[in-house]
Parts: sequence; structure tokens; C-alpha cells
Amino acid sequence: MFEVIFLQFLNGLDKGGAYALIALGLTLVFGTLGVVNFAHGALFMLGAFCAVLFRQLITFETVTIDPTKLSPWGAPLEVRAPLVQTWFGDFGAVLVNYSVPFSILLTIPVMLVIGIALERGIIKHFYKRPHAEQILVTFGLAIVAQEIIKSFFGPNPIPQPMPEGLRGAADIGAWLGMQANVITYPIWRLVYFLFAGVIIGGVFAFLQFTTFGLVVRAGMADRETVGLLGINIDRRFTIMFGLAAVVAGMAGVMYTPLLPPNYHIGMDFLVLSFVVVVVGGMGSLPGAVAAGFLLGILQSFASMTQIKAIVPGIDQIIIYLVAVVILLVRPRGLFGRRGVMEA
Amino acid sequence: MTVFKRGPSRRRVLQTGLAGILATGVAPLILSRGAWAQEFCNNPTGDTVTFGLNLPLTGAYAEEGADEQKAYQLAIQHLNGEGDGGLISVLTPTALKGNGVLGKKVAFVTSDSQTKADVARAGATRMIERDGAIMVSGGSSSAEAVAVQGLCQEMGVIFMAGLTHSNDTTGKDKKRYGFRHFFNAYQSGIGLAPAIVKAYGADRRAYHLTADYTWGWTQEESMKAATEELGWETVQAVRTPLGAGDFSQFLTPVLNSGADVLILNHYGNDMVNSLTQAVQFGMRDRQTNGKNFEIVVPLFSELMAKGAGANIKGIYGTSNWHWNLQDPGTIAFTKSFGAAYGAPPSQAAHTAYVQALLYADACERAGTFYPPEVIKALEGFEFDGMGNGPTLYRAEDHQCIKNVLVVQGNESPTSEYDVLNVVQEIPRDAVAYDPAIFGGDLGPAEPAPIC
Amino acid sequence: MLAMSRNDLLLFLGFTIAVLAMPIWLQPFGAAYPDLLQRFTIYAILAVGFNILFGLTGYLSFGHAAFFGVGSYAAVWSFKLLSMDAIPAMAFAIVVSGIFALLIGYVSLRRSGIYFSILTLAFAQMSYNLAYSVLTPITNGETGLQLDLADPRYLDRAFSAAPAGLPSPTLLGAPLTGYAGFYFCAGFLIIAFFIAQRITGSPFGMMLKGIKSNQTRMNYTGFNTKPYTLAAFVISGMYAGLAGALLAITDPLAGAERMQWTASGEVVLMTILGGAGTLVGPVIGAWLIKYFENIFSAINDSILTRFFAFLPEGADHVAVTIASKFVGEGWFLTLGLVFVLIVVFLPGGIMEGVRRIVGLFNRSGKTPRHTPAQVQPAE
Repeated sequence: MFEVIFLQFLNGLDKGGAYALIALGLTLVFGTLGVVNFAHGALFMLGAFCAVLFRQLITFETVTIDPTKLSPWGAPLEVRAPLVQTWFGDFGAVLVNYSVPFSILLTIPVMLVIGIALERGIIKHFYKRPHAEQILVTFGLAIVAQEIIKSFFGPNPIPQPMPEGLRGAADIGAWLGMQANVITYPIWRLVYFLFAGVIIGGVFAFLQFTTFGLVVRAGMADRETVGLLGINIDRRFTIMFGLAAVVAGMAGVMYTPLLPPNYHIGMDFLVLSFVVVVVGGMGSLPGAVAAGFLLGILQSFASMTQIKAIVPGIDQIIIYLVAVVILLVRPRGLFGRRGVMEA
Repeated sequence: MTVFKRGPSRRRVLQTGLAGILATGVAPLILSRGAWAQEFCNNPTGDTVTFGLNLPLTGAYAEEGADEQKAYQLAIQHLNGEGDGGLISVLTPTALKGNGVLGKKVAFVTSDSQTKADVARAGATRMIERDGAIMVSGGSSSAEAVAVQGLCQEMGVIFMAGLTHSNDTTGKDKKRYGFRHFFNAYQSGIGLAPAIVKAYGADRRAYHLTADYTWGWTQEESMKAATEELGWETVQAVRTPLGAGDFSQFLTPVLNSGADVLILNHYGNDMVNSLTQAVQFGMRDRQTNGKNFEIVVPLFSELMAKGAGANIKGIYGTSNWHWNLQDPGTIAFTKSFGAAYGAPPSQAAHTAYVQALLYADACERAGTFYPPEVIKALEGFEFDGMGNGPTLYRAEDHQCIKNVLVVQGNESPTSEYDVLNVVQEIPRDAVAYDPAIFGGDLGPAEPAPIC
Repeated sequence: MLAMSRNDLLLFLGFTIAVLAMPIWLQPFGAAYPDLLQRFTIYAILAVGFNILFGLTGYLSFGHAAFFGVGSYAAVWSFKLLSMDAIPAMAFAIVVSGIFALLIGYVSLRRSGIYFSILTLAFAQMSYNLAYSVLTPITNGETGLQLDLADPRYLDRAFSAAPAGLPSPTLLGAPLTGYAGFYFCAGFLIIAFFIAQRITGSPFGMMLKGIKSNQTRMNYTGFNTKPYTLAAFVISGMYAGLAGALLAITDPLAGAERMQWTASGEVVLMTILGGAGTLVGPVIGAWLIKYFENIFSAINDSILTRFFAFLPEGADHVAVTIASKFVGEGWFLTLGLVFVLIVVFLPGGIMEGVRRIVGLFNRSGKTPRHTPAQVQPAE
């Protein structure tokens, strides 16, 4: 029984890491700009498609048709030669193998540009408008983004293979000195968990230990006073939006080997990330992280047969149920401040 | 209460409103009466006859839908005497002449069902009411099939089901106007169980993960019954939400449950995700109870196998049909489809193509489009040459009885389409069953007066 | 207490005529077939009901589809258990969805702002997920709840023997398919519109608008606002239940998809697109979206090629390629773009656009109080 619970807990941490990472970017935007960003899921999706695009670019093939031979279904045989391997040899092969982590290099600039363009182009005009209108305009933007992706990449999920060396499972039990083959966990999920930890830690460190972070935090607390001090807080907030887009995009990239991305993946995560943020308390970064882990672990345990035998269907609703209970008991979420978003 | 300060009285309002209803409401009703006054729904009067294709072009089964669309277009070309004629010359017996159906050219309209029963039904209604479809075909989930089949029964329009594998389609929800060429979960169970017991031994403990809806349940039930019959033990059967995406929280409990076989009753993207994730958990490299841990996917298609990539290698399942069978029907269809689209057809494409041809053939044999006559021509129809050996459209439940394929993921594919090996062709007598076991009632053949 | 001004009456009459004449004036748009007309009226009822909550009180519910779905399930169960007649089905659906709305509203209205939105969203998603899985005995899960030959139909059986085949819904014995179904739904749309109009003009409606503009002030003046918002929530939920029942009456099937949060999002889109807070706006929004979904989505390349045939060779190909991204399967992209543009430039929706245009013409002297469209200005 211990192994079962331990594995489920590990799985909860893993899920929680993913939830926390998605919610982090959302909270970042809300906390700094005060904007409820329903396009956050779309940013996650766009990041995932950066990985798809990167892989399509590096696996570009030349196709020559060999008319002398026929395929079993009667079409002329196509001979394909991948370009990157022809050009770069072994390095090309490594590049293709590790395309997912490498695509982060593409994702960071792309998402930064998208984020800043979005903020300067549209979001900026919505700071003074009601939250309902912010929700609506970002919701519309999310629809536009996903439909554009759909018209270029099609409606079907596009699988992204894991790097060869990181497939399969790691025997964690053996590392901890337990019996072999009892507690095993997929390597890539551990990688994702570490990745989430590093990014979350990085964002906190950035806000805590840099001057930029200091100014942003001051702006979060009292925007007008910071502006009066002669600091251009707007530009910093724009950069924060770009940063949030990058965090969402990177979360999307690293998630692709676990779940093949399609145009709709953002909407699927959107509801979830909102629930996480609200449970944590709107605008609270530690709250988002804590709520992410809490919901991940609860969801993992709720999926166990033993639990479902007692409460049928609990795995389907646990996240929403927790959200409802927390909002009723602690109206501002776990770590929320008074007076946020209640008008 | 209500006081009208200015303006007309309430009585006046009511009168005017009523006059409005009479003037505007009844007029179009009378005008359109003529259009509907036919001996049956959408009786084709011009020189064309329209097929309504209900295809999931987006949603979980979109890939199957796109392939079905190609197949229908090919079938319609062949029916109209264009292209290489495909299976028309191979079907025996046949009344098809390659000049359309009953002398009328075949046209078609399509509708995106989004893999949702509600949308599928709305699309079918539109095709019948607005576009005058004489027959509706397609769909790639059992929910769509059952929903559209019910509608077609009400409207008196024949429904030739596409991809639908639930026992209910020709079981408890069977309809007089619905016909299914595809096989079902029950046949998968009795076809697959002996093969996997032979391969993995009779002393096995199975763990089921099941898509939490009717199709998943019927398949779980069928697989459990068939494997337990042969000595396997079922450790646990866990329901997973449809479209869960991440199945990890359901996979972790499998590891130390004492089971040594995992049966995935998932389809489409769910199956691709759950299988891929199960392999990531190292399940295929595991030893449990001194035996190799195995995964079984009772129903899979080549499109899903493509999606799952290398993870499908060596995995057992069943299929309705596969393009590298060696009978004349299969060879002709694969060649025709490959020449048109540059890729071999999937089982969804095959069943779609065959359904279109069978409907046209039944109309030719009946000599009319009048549905009750067409139904009579299809019920109990015995034919051959469509790629599954001799096939019977059973009159009792409108289920096709034909050979079922046990397939295995190809260990060394020669191309991206060569993903499956047919390991065994179960003769149709071995997978036939008593139609009474699933209950249901076909209903009347008389066309509905409403259309 | 309730007075109907001349303008209100004109608006109501104009609306009634427009709805009843839909089969005629929609003919040139290719939308005059019964199924789509029925959908036009049904979703208009849904949007009008949603507007009573969102347009008047400003509470943005992201879970309204739950009531719609519950209404459908209730109606189909009434068909299965009681009678194929539409009246018990609708009564049952309205009562059930009203109770459901009362429960959810009582809990959700304890919070406001985005917390309210998330609570309604959470409840709707819970209903959807449960309907899809453990509640399958009631909802028939993914397959959707359908009529069955073996259904008892106790009321019908008490009066007559079972006819052969699957029955279809009736109104006191008259079938409700095709245009009859449309006029049945249209009648309810007109009634629903009338009630919404009365509510908006009543002291109760004023109270709701007061809550929207400043709830705190309302509380300070001694009003307990909760019963008012709860009443609006329940009324709005009953409207959704009625719409769900009508959908089940025109086509006796209830699927869980209509409870998903994307369906709730669609209602929000309809209301905002047309103009929240106005009476006619949500109706126009609903029609526009359903028109897009059913007609715009069916435009394919061959239609476009014919449309652009006047362009010179080459240019027409480019035009078709570009245009095809926005019609057919790409209709949702167009909708998204239109929606963003509307929220950015016309926060009051299409109705605000209409008002601005009318305002332009009326600037030369006359008071802008003559068109029915502007009787109910947006908040």
C-alpha cells in the first residue's frame, strides 16, 4: 500500500508542478497589470506549437519520386531525405532527437514578441475598462489565436517525440534504497517537474532579488506612487506581460511530449488554470503555486479506485469541488488579498 | 396589474398579434406544403440523387472523418462511372451499372459533426431538410451513430453507419432505418480473447482502463467476459474520463496492482495518449508475476497506430479491415484509393466506401428509392468481394456478419502506413452471435409521415 | 404598476412581426428552413434570459449552459415517463431548471466579480462531467438521452394504446415538426421577450440595474440586494431551461455537450455581440452566431470560386485562398475577429453601433427617441 500512495503522491507533485507553472503566468499578469487574461491558455498553446514548428523546420525533407518502383498501394515510391542530417551530420541527428528542449530557444523570442505585441496592441487599452470586458476581449483573442493555428496545422494533435535518452521510466525506489521495480516513474515527467521548479524559482528570484523586480513589486502594491517617483512603470509592466507569455510558452513546449498538442489544448488548460489561480487567491504568486500543488495532489488521489469506490465520480469533479469549497470558506482564496476583483 | 397608459388595449394587441400569426405564419406553411408532399422523404425528382455525409472533420476523431470523406468521394465517382470503377466490378452479386443510381447521378453534401452527437444530429437534420439528402452516412463515434440513426428512423431516411463499434448500435438502440457494416465490441472480445490467451498464456491477471461512456463499457464487458471464459482473472476495471489527456494518475495504480496485462478500452486520441503514457511508465519493459507485462488494445485502427508510433509495435488488437489483405476486393480498393490520394485507405475509409456502394446497390436491386423496399433489399443480403470475405447483412439487427481481423502492431514497418500485421482472420461463424442477447427493437419500416 | 409606453409597444410589435415573418425575410439568406429557424428562436430565448442576469445585474455567469442542459434532460424525461405532449415537458423543465438555478445561485451569489464567474463555471463543469460519467443512468452519457420504444409514458398510455414506432413530440395531439415547431418556439420567444421587456421596465428591473451600477450604495440605502440578484439568477435559469426544453421538443435528444463551458461561452458571446443590457441585442447576437455556424460554415471553395469569378485570372485564386481561411471551417476565426473588434470598438455591441448610426442621422435637430431599437439603451 505504501508504494501505491507514494506513487500517487509523486504523480500529484508532477501534475501540481504543471498546474502551478500555468497558473504562475496568469497570476503574474493579473498581479502586475490587473488584467484577467483569458488568452493565457492560448499562449500556452502557441508555445506548444513553437515546438511543433521547430521540429517541422529541422525535419524538413527533400522528396524525390522514384517512378520505377511502386508502393504497395500503387503510388510511385517517394524517397525522403532529411535536410538537417545531410547538412550537419551527427549534430543534426542530436538536434532532431532533442528537438523539444532545443525549441525553447525559438520559443523565448517568439513568445516575448507575441506577448509584448499583445500588450501594446490591445491589452493596454483595457486597463481602465471593467474586468468583464477584459475577459471578453482576451477570450476573443484566444479564439482568434487557436483558429489561426488550426488553419495552419490542422485540427489533429501532432505528436512530439521525447528525446531518445529520456524515454522510459526511472526506478526511483531503487535510488531511495527500496526494492527495485516498485516505484518507477517516467523520466520526462521528472524532467518536467524539475523544469517547473526551476522556472517558478527563477520567477520568484527575479522579482525578489533584482532592481527590476523590486520596482515591479512596488508597482503591484501602489502603481500611482511608483509612477509619481518618475519611474516608467508602464514599460516594466509590458515586459512583465512578455515574461508571462514566455513562461506560458515554455510550459507548453515542455508539455508536448506528454500530450500531443492540438489547437484546442489551450482552452482545455484555461479553465483549470483559472480555478488554480482563484483557489490560490487572485494576484498572489505563492498562492498560485500552492494551489497548483494542492489541486494536483488531490486530483491524483481522487483518481484512485479505493477513493472512487466511496465517492463515485469524485475524480471528475474534485478540482471544481475544491474551488467551490475554498471560495465559500475563504472568499479570497488561500492567499488572496482583500478587495481584489470583487467589484 | 397591467395598465396600458397610452396606445391600444390589450385586446387589440392580442388581435393584431393573432392576425400577424395567421398572415405570416400560415402562408409559408401552405406554400411549402407542395414541396413536402411526396410519397416519401426527399424522393429525388430531378436527374440527381443526394447523399448526406455526416463527417467528424474536427474533434477527437477528425482524422478518421477526413479519411471517410475521401472514401465517399471516391465511391461517388465510381458510382457515377468515373475513375477506375473500384469495387463495383468486384462486388458479387451486384446490380450496379456505373451510371449513377437508378439512372440518376449521385451528388453529395457534407456536414462537420465535430465528433459530438448533438452537432451530428443537427447536421443530419440540415442535410435532410435543406439539402434533400435521400440517405445519410458517416459518423465515427457510436454516440453519433446512435443519435443520427434515431433521427433517421423518425424522418424515414436510411442511415448507413460509418465507424461505430459499440454493441448498442445494432443492439439495444438498433433501428429499422440504420445499417452497420462495421463490427462491434462483442465480436472484438470473442475474436481477440483466444489469440491473446494463446500468445500470453491462460494464467494472466488483467487490469482494464476504460473510456467512461457506453462504447467503453460495452467493450470492457465484452473483453472481460471473453477473457475470463478462457481463464484470465480481472484485477480491476477503472473508468477514465473521455478526453482526459493525461492518464498518469490512472496508470500509477496499475504498477503495483499485481496485474500483468493492461487492457486499454480507449479509442482515437485517448488511446494514443494512454498507450504512449503507459509505455513511458515503462510498462512494456516490466516483469510482473515472473512474466512480461503486456498491453492489449482491443480496437485499433491504422490511423491510431500511426499516432502512437513505435509504441504500438507488437500490441494485439482487432480491426474491421486492413489494406494489405490479399483478396481481390481489398487489392482493388487499395489500388484505387492509393492512386487517388497517395496513401492507403484506413478501415474507416473502407467501411464508408462499402456502405455507399451497398446502399446504391440495394436501390438498384429494389428498383426504387422508396426506403421500405431498399430496407428489404438490404436485410439478409449476402454478398462477397468487399474485402472481408463473404458477408451477411443480418435481417434481425442490421449487423454485418463477416470475418474479424486480429492484428498486431508491426515490429518492422516498411513505410509509415505499414503499421499493422494481420495475424489471424477469424471466420465469421466464430464471431456470429444471437442477435437477441442485446435486446432492442428495430421499429417499423413504414416511412414517417412527418418529412 | 406596470405601464407599457408607446415605444415599448412599438418595439414589441415590431419584434413580433420580425420573428413571425422569419420564414419570409430569411429566404434570400438561405436560412429559411425549419431546423435553423427553430434554433434561431431557441437560442434567442437563451440569450434573452442570460441578458436578464448579465445585462441587468452585471453578474457574468460562465455556467449558464448547465441550466440549458438540465432543461433538455428534464424535457426528455418527461417524454419518456409521462407524455409526448410538449406542455408537461416544458413545465417540468422550467421547474427543474429553476430549482437547479436556485441551488447554484444561492451558493454562487455569495461572491461577486470574477469569483462569481468561477463559481458558476465550476458548478457547470461539475454538472457536465457528472452527466458524462457517473450520472449515465439518468443522462445516457456520451450517447445522449433519447426516446425509446420501451418507455412507459404513463400519461399517454392512460388514454391510448402505444402506436407503432417511435412517437414524436406533440402539442395537444398536433405534431410539432417543421414549421409548426418553429411557430411553437417563436410563440415562446415572443412571450419570453415580452416578459423580459416587462421586467426591464419594472421597479424590480430598476433595482437590478441599481445593483449593476453600484451594489455597495444599494446596500447602504438599506436594500438587501441578495434576493433581487437571486431572483434574476433563477429567472434567467428558467429561461435557459425553457430554451433547453424547446430544443428537446424540436428534436427529442439531450446530450451532455450542451452543458460544457464552451456552450456557456457561446451564450456570453451572443449577448455581448448583440449588446448586453439591451432587449433586442442578445436576440440579434444569437441569430448572427447561429447563422454563422450553419450557413457561413457551409461556404466552400467552389462557391468562393464562383463568387470571385469576376476577378482576373490569378487574382481570383489568391482571393479564394485568402477568403477560404475565413469561411467554411474557418468561420470561427471570423467570429473571433468580429468579436474582438466589437469588444474593442463597440463595447455596447451591435446595438450600440445601430444607435451611433441612428444618432448620426438624427443629429440634425430631432430627438433620438423614435426608433424602436434605442428604447432600451445599454447601461
